[in-house]
Amino acid sequence: MTRELRLAVALDGAGWHPAAWRSPDARPAELFTAGYWADLVGVAERGLLDLVTIEDALTIQSADRFVPDARTDQVRGRLDAVLIAARVAPTTRHIGLVPTVTTTHTEPFHVSKAIATLDWVSAGRAGVQVRVGGVGAEPALFGRREPTIRTVTDLDDPARQQARLDAFEEAADHVEVIRRLWDSWEDDAVIRDAATGRYIDRNRLHYIDFRGRWFSVRGPSITPRPPQGQPIVAVLGHGPAAYRLAARQADLLFVAPRDRADAAGVRAEVGERPAVFADLVAFLDPAPGVAVTRWSQLDELAGEPFHSDARIVAGTAAALADEIEQLSDAGYAGVRLRPAVLPHDLVAITDWLVPELQRRGRFRAGYREGTLRGRLGLARPANRYATGAGQP
Amino acid sequence: MTGRQVHLAAHFPGVNNTTVWSDPAAGSHIEFGSFAHFARTAERGRFDFLFLAEGLRLREQNGLIYDLDVVGRPDTFTILAALAAVTDHLGLAGTINSTFNEPYEVARQFASLDHLSAGRAAWNVVTSWDAFTGENFRRGGFLPQDQRYERARTFLQATWALFDSWTGAEILADRAAGEFLTPPSAGQFRHQDAHFDISGRFTVPRSPQGRPVIFQAGDSDPGREFAASSADAIFSRYSTYDEGRAFYRDVKGRLTRYGRRPEQLLILPAATFVLGDTEADAQERAHVVRRQQVSGQTAIRFLEQVWNRDLSSYDPDGPLPDVDPVAGEHTVAQGRASVRMHRDPLAVARQWRELAGARKLSIRELMIEVTGRQSFVGTPVSVADTMQRYVRDEVSDGFILVPHITPGGLDGFVDAVVPILQERGVLRTEYTGPTLRHHLGLLPP
Repeated sequence: MTRELRLAVALDGAGWHPAAWRSPDARPAELFTAGYWADLVGVAERGLLDLVTIEDALTIQSADRFVPDARTDQVRGRLDAVLIAARVAPTTRHIGLVPTVTTTHTEPFHVSKAIATLDWVSAGRAGVQVRVGGVGAEPALFGRREPTIRTVTDLDDPARQQARLDAFEEAADHVEVIRRLWDSWEDDAVIRDAATGRYIDRNRLHYIDFRGRWFSVRGPSITPRPPQGQPIVAVLGHGPAAYRLAARQADLLFVAPRDRADAAGVRAEVGERPAVFADLVAFLDPAPGVAVTRWSQLDELAGEPFHSDARIVAGTAAALADEIEQLSDAGYAGVRLRPAVLPHDLVAITDWLVPELQRRGRFRAGYREGTLRGRLGLARPANRYATGAGQP
Repeated sequence: MTGRQVHLAAHFPGVNNTTVWSDPAAGSHIEFGSFAHFARTAERGRFDFLFLAEGLRLREQNGLIYDLDVVGRPDTFTILAALAAVTDHLGLAGTINSTFNEPYEVARQFASLDHLSAGRAAWNVVTSWDAFTGENFRRGGFLPQDQRYERARTFLQATWALFDSWTGAEILADRAAGEFLTPPSAGQFRHQDAHFDISGRFTVPRSPQGRPVIFQAGDSDPGREFAASSADAIFSRYSTYDEGRAFYRDVKGRLTRYGRRPEQLLILPAATFVLGDTEADAQERAHVVRRQQVSGQTAIRFLEQVWNRDLSSYDPDGPLPDVDPVAGEHTVAQGRASVRMHRDPLAVARQWRELAGARKLSIRELMIEVTGRQSFVGTPVSVADTMQRYVRDEVSDGFILVPHITPGGLDGFVDAVVPILQERGVLRTEYTGPTLRHHLGLLPP
């Protein structure tokens, strides 16, 4: 009995290779246009993928993890991922839309209603990938706090390490507030009762009264409960702090195992909740050898070998499908592919990989109607505040 | 073209009693279909922009969430970005608070929206200071009331530093030379003042409009001064002839102080309308709408907003209360800017008692009389006449129409009044440029 697996794609700029934008079929001059993103997500939907994530950060891209660099040979600049997701929601119908949001500095109240609204405009296809910030040059953009880790030397400082762990705690609180606010309206709060003149039953609206170390939020949200009730919360994790955050607050955990042995170890470490997807960077071409050649050509243009936190796979659809099957058999609910070059490797995923997985009986032949939660096998959750005590 | 052009915009029906949710034609206030219908209708009418209001805490009265009006709305940025997908030319104007946000994030969102809409973003800058709203945010009620415009002004300057941190010429995307951008410092900024000390590199390259169009809606003297110094358009509340002219002269007169010309600041009052086949028919319809808008319960709540005390035991079909308003800080209604308009509640009460006495009006009848009478009531021709005359006489530069039905309340206006204005050459028949700034006749920043 083979397991049907789930497929996600992570979209970032011109692709995940730093020189991707120099590929012949890249569209580097269009990275800041709606059409570029609508086309990409359209290709992913044509491939019946479960969801796309859209990378984002408050800081500009940099080869240095802590400060902006002075490089001009790589993509710099990006648009707000939530707004990209909202812009493509009306042009798509089935695919899940999961933008990245930084939890440090941002207001849980704003983030909650933004993702709820993304869920409304996409009719139940929204999620959010939470990103823990606070490092390097990022806090100065807001001017309200010190960085947790300023430079690489801080990584060994216990006080700085604690500050970094605290940022994960803050993220957990942030998601707690987001989730409570999604529930702060019961589904049937809008009653439009002409007889009593009431638009809502206010007994079905709830103060969340969250009090925490970093913020307190009263509620309720200004936005009614979204179609999924609770949109999907995802975390990308590379270690215990992120795994703990995911176990507490996420529906999806993306991990980046280095090889097959690591994949088994990570899978054992993260436990049963939430659903775990393995990230793979993908170069994909139908003819043998082409993908590897493309990779080395891009490395040459970049002037250095390509390193990634995730495993890099270059090959044919059959080779990539083998890797994916092994991950599925190792207990991963799905795989998130990071196309090395956009749109090239995304188109190849849709045109070559998906049919290969379908042939192997590992991937569905079409979308069914329903929400992103439903597609991921998650029930629509009951509202934590619902008492059924609303007055008629 | 004959005569001054009329600028038209459409306000998505809001969370106050102007919006009649009880009408059988009233639809959802949260489903995307309502917003898409409304935006497409405005674009069909060749309007300049769609406008969204915002309030960051649900209103309360007597300590309870206010339940008589529409409650709930989407996130402003997110819904506008989605609307960019279903329209091609319509400006997308959103209200964003300068108190419970940070400049870096807001600049990033507006610049992104401007890219994703190909140059159609506008920002209605609102200020607030109340601790009531602050309870939903990290910093709570941190801002003293007298600093709210100061913060708004410096907030705006901080975002301008961010918008201007890219000139628009940086992205080369030159594959052969391997240069994606130049110079390497693109996006670098630093802004310091009493409220902000921020620096770094901004992630969003210069957007099609350079900066979003800036709207301002406050009516206080600092609000008007803020508009004269920094805004491209004012969302005004003065839609009547005499008040409108006075406001228009006042605000346009402030512009020279900032080295600006009159056409650099548009005055656009909110305007409601009721159309009919005849004048009498329109008047009759307007009266029905007014009764829908001011139910007995709503009338009592309105009265409480002036009286500043619980009046729930009073009969809306009976006379005004004998007790006087409670003077001092307003405590009954929260999250509602309009309560600050009643600066002298005792005088208002005296005036209303005289009016109610002279015309034998019940509480509800009085409230129907004194609150929010429709701006334009008439046949399509007479409404077009009045609008054209108001713009000719500099009552305003146009109108932000506020229909009372969601989402179809604009349809009749676009079907019936728009063609008349177009025929007279005072409203465009096709968009002539790509950006909102172009629709409004504003120069690039």
